[in-house]
Amino acid sequence: MAFRLELREKTPIWFNIVLPLSAVMATLLLCSGLVALAGANVFHAYSELFLSAVSSRFNLVETFVKAAPLIFTGLAVAVAFRAKFWNIGAEGQLLAGAMAAAYIGGIESLPSFSLVPLMIIASALAGAGWAMLPAILRTRFKVDDVVTTLLLNFVMFYVMTALLDGPWKDPLSGYPDSPDIRMDAEFPILLHATRLHLGVMLSLLAAPMVWWFIRRTTLGFSISVVGENPSASAYAGISITRILIYTALISGSLAGLAGAGEVGGLHFQVMSGISPGYGYTGIVIAMLARLNPIGVVLAALFFAVVVTGAEAMSRATGVPVYLADVIQGTALVTMLIAQLFTTYRIRTLTTQG
Amino acid sequence: MSNPDYLLSMQGICKSFGAIQANNNVDLNLSEGDILGLLGENGAGKTTLMNILFGTYQADEGKIMIQGRQITIHSTADALGFGIGMVHQHFHLVHRHTVLENLLVGEPGRRGRLDFSGARRRLLEIGDQFGLTLNPDARVSELTIGEQQRLEIIKALFGDSKILILDEPTAVLTPNESTGLFEALRALAEGGLGIIFISHKLHEVRNVTNRVLVMRAGSVSALVEDTKEVTESDLARLMCGHELNPPKKNTSKLGDTFLSLSAIKTGGSTPQKLKGINLSVQGGEILGIAGVSGNGQKELADVIAGVLSHTEGTIEVKGEIISKASPRLMQKLKIGRIPEDRMTTGLVTSLPLYVSMVLPWIRRSIFSRFGILRKNEILSFTSKMIKRFTIQATGPEVKTGTLSGGNLQKVLLARELAFEPEVLLASQPTRGLDVAAAEFVHRQFLSLREKGAAIILISEDLEELFALSDRIVVMYEGRIAGETKINDASVEDIGLLMAGATFGA
Amino acid sequence: MEEIISQIFQVGFFAAIIRIATPFVFATIGELFAERSGVLNLGIEGIMMFGAMTGFSTAYFTSSLWLGILAAMLTGMLMAALMGFLTVSLGLSQHVSGIGITMLSTGFAFFFYRLIFGQPSTLPNIKAFTPVGIPVLKDIPWIGPVLFEQTTLTYLAFAVVPLAAFLLYKTPWGLNLRTVGENPHAADSAGVSVSAMRYQGLIISGALMGIAGAFLVMVQFNAFTFGVISGRGWICIALVVFGQWGPWKSAAGALLFAMIDALQLRLQASSIIDLPYQVFLMMPFVLTIVTMMLVSRNARAPSALLIPFRKEER
Repeated sequence: MAFRLELREKTPIWFNIVLPLSAVMATLLLCSGLVALAGANVFHAYSELFLSAVSSRFNLVETFVKAAPLIFTGLAVAVAFRAKFWNIGAEGQLLAGAMAAAYIGGIESLPSFSLVPLMIIASALAGAGWAMLPAILRTRFKVDDVVTTLLLNFVMFYVMTALLDGPWKDPLSGYPDSPDIRMDAEFPILLHATRLHLGVMLSLLAAPMVWWFIRRTTLGFSISVVGENPSASAYAGISITRILIYTALISGSLAGLAGAGEVGGLHFQVMSGISPGYGYTGIVIAMLARLNPIGVVLAALFFAVVVTGAEAMSRATGVPVYLADVIQGTALVTMLIAQLFTTYRIRTLTTQG
Repeated sequence: MSNPDYLLSMQGICKSFGAIQANNNVDLNLSEGDILGLLGENGAGKTTLMNILFGTYQADEGKIMIQGRQITIHSTADALGFGIGMVHQHFHLVHRHTVLENLLVGEPGRRGRLDFSGARRRLLEIGDQFGLTLNPDARVSELTIGEQQRLEIIKALFGDSKILILDEPTAVLTPNESTGLFEALRALAEGGLGIIFISHKLHEVRNVTNRVLVMRAGSVSALVEDTKEVTESDLARLMCGHELNPPKKNTSKLGDTFLSLSAIKTGGSTPQKLKGINLSVQGGEILGIAGVSGNGQKELADVIAGVLSHTEGTIEVKGEIISKASPRLMQKLKIGRIPEDRMTTGLVTSLPLYVSMVLPWIRRSIFSRFGILRKNEILSFTSKMIKRFTIQATGPEVKTGTLSGGNLQKVLLARELAFEPEVLLASQPTRGLDVAAAEFVHRQFLSLREKGAAIILISEDLEELFALSDRIVVMYEGRIAGETKINDASVEDIGLLMAGATFGA
Repeated sequence: MEEIISQIFQVGFFAAIIRIATPFVFATIGELFAERSGVLNLGIEGIMMFGAMTGFSTAYFTSSLWLGILAAMLTGMLMAALMGFLTVSLGLSQHVSGIGITMLSTGFAFFFYRLIFGQPSTLPNIKAFTPVGIPVLKDIPWIGPVLFEQTTLTYLAFAVVPLAAFLLYKTPWGLNLRTVGENPHAADSAGVSVSAMRYQGLIISGALMGIAGAFLVMVQFNAFTFGVISGRGWICIALVVFGQWGPWKSAAGALLFAMIDALQLRLQASSIIDLPYQVFLMMPFVLTIVTMMLVSRNARAPSALLIPFRKEER
């Protein structure tokens, strides 16, 4: 029995939910094998993984706190991928944003009321600037953006650790981290007795804004078309270079904002471990969300749950905490495969002779 | 004792793609020494049938027999094994590799190594036997189109083909090169091969084939056992089901010069670069640009479209000199442009129809204001265009790629004509379209001409150019080889210019 | 200044270059096979990581380094086959599939290492490969110790380059592979199976990348750490571009790169230049970007690179 792929006429809307859901289900199914291999009861492990996030009011709020940087990086990648600007560098852009925010937050001479807004603006600008570099390399020098954005992550990481080890080292701490930002630079807490900070709200606001931007603005339209067919776009008068640069700026700023949130709302300083791969997780989130900003929020929450829950699961069952990394990689692969169903329909053929 | 079995016999072939029945109970027989013409319009099913023979597709029903033995062809490798060779319309060559390297693909080596010397020998043999010669060490990128096609034929012979299929082989040749090809084909047929010659060009089919199988809409419309017994009109009728009915052209009043190119040159090192083009077109006329593809037409179109910058010379639009052309500028100057390649440069196949429809106009105030899209206007505009141009689409939101070729061309036309261009540049506008769709396009051009616009029509189809143009200009190797008014033009003269001769030579 | 030069440019320095270059040569030639067939294999970083882990674990428990190499090869081939399934059989985006394979492979490496070794207080290590001198050749002044007192794996790397060149340019298999990468339709209409060739190119790439990873944990270091690859895979992607997709030039690029890397290590150690060590760690990546910037404009990649092959769509 042979298969043939046939182009679909329209992609049904419910696909946006069913497809990621099936990818997630498939992922959990596949990874259950690893759990069993680790000698744990799958049911027990998964319930620890997922339920710890909702086990208390504090934990539930914490999930949103953990999701905030993921929402931003997911949005950053989603916007970039729409234009087929393969921004694997959200990680480095986040670090740039974090450093910019921490720097502003430490300036003594700035008036109190200006600190938080300036931190936010600075982080966006820093992230945008760091994303400009690979965009220019691509448009002017034809260098593949996957490789450059990736390599720049390493560069930014080393820049950061060099600073943290040297001129920006907090003399009071034994670890390589920066001095704390000013007290009045800390993001306001929105919910009493939790860590729900301003950054979380910003991330939740950013998602619908990005959605509106993509669907309702000329620039959003251009970004989508450039990604789908650059030569038709160029022929029709759209400047590919300009659109790619704008895309990089927007994508980079979103990733930079992730950094601002972590610095201003959570850690109040920069340390070398400030991002355990949020930029990379953002890629998986964007793909699971099918580049849809609202889907990004849901996928980000999913991963926030998984990442936090992995610790609890590991403590309770002995399954290595890195199950979360495997889940991440598997989710990306299964989602890629699931995507096929949107473009094509499977037709079974019976062939004779 | 003569062998009563045919060299090749296809019986009862059926093949569908979804709802479309590409082949409906088709029979085809071929003997040694035959040159069988396979004639039909685009979409008649000829290429599908040959792809089944060559193993690219599998038939849904029917059987194939070689020398009386029934065989099954599951893949191209099978087909090659049975002695079936195919020369495709779009050559399957590696430009970076040499002639020998292209010939040796898929061949087993000698003791694990590539057998270059053996290949050289065979190449010489084929040259002696059939007159098909090539420099074995030349890179394909250095060969002319005619030579590249020769390489494709030699490739088929390398594989010991007994049955040779040629798919629209003269589409890329000058009239002179075509004659050379026909001579080679006759030599091959005399050598015992059976040749299937796919074409939609009536005079060629009459010229070189001895039998003709005419297909229409997936079925066999007629089998002509002796080509000499039919006329071109007979064949046309069998092919289209009706007489050719080109739209009538009136004499029109000429307006101002809307566009003129002086001494335009482009850069780069390809043989197709423009080497000094002087061209102008006035309102109310259709300027036809003839020439075998690959002689600079695409560059010319790209310069006018604003996609390619000229290195020397000037472009004037309505008297104003353009210093730096860009697609946006040309659009602003009311120059409509229909690109040669619908799917890649024209439309966005994976996005909804309205995206393709308004793509060049997205910044106009009717469609967006302060950077925000006006969705309702966009959708209603698209629906209007669908109706005006009778585009077969269920609505403005269907994916562009689901439309058929003819309808896709209508979309391109619709969007360029929507805002009343003063100049329309159309590159190969009816390529791949069936007769009805092509006639629709021609009618649009003529009505635009009557409204006073200038049209530049670049086409490989001489019949089309002769039917529509007021003047014809021929391009050869990046230059204008000659220009005539339509009343003074003849196909032979144009053909000569296309091949590089100069008037009066 | 002279002192510094003589201090650095000793025999040991050049021997180190050869050693440092070895994993790059393996991985770059591997990537070359994949890309010549038309597939960009961005799983390289993860495959090297996973190969390193399985190689190390196998060597640790079986006390056989060569079994470890075998395990690394098989691991690489497995992940590369998965990459083939995604990009060749399913025709998915090579860019994103590659990132996915890297993430998956890395995840596996971390997970299984933790599962197998737990969190011990001292880093598990193995007895690394020791250099094996080639008799007679090793006694040649200066060249001897540099080239012929290396580990067996390095000698294999020496051999892989001419072998790759021979395979690609002198055999039918190589011609078919290159044709698939330039114009798959040409190969297809000659009866060559495009997907079979691409799978083969990928599986070879996986094997070589696995070996590269294993080299790092069995020669350069003698333990597995999560940072053992640290971006070397990505640098190999650039080396293929630098080498214009040819085996000799890519190997030359690897040597050049290794020389700069070795130089940077010496400078760091001798504290001649007083810069934070991170600057030195950063240099390979900056250099790679600059190289790509200078080379990419004129790069002549295989024409069918990144384009999935679909028969019925022409």
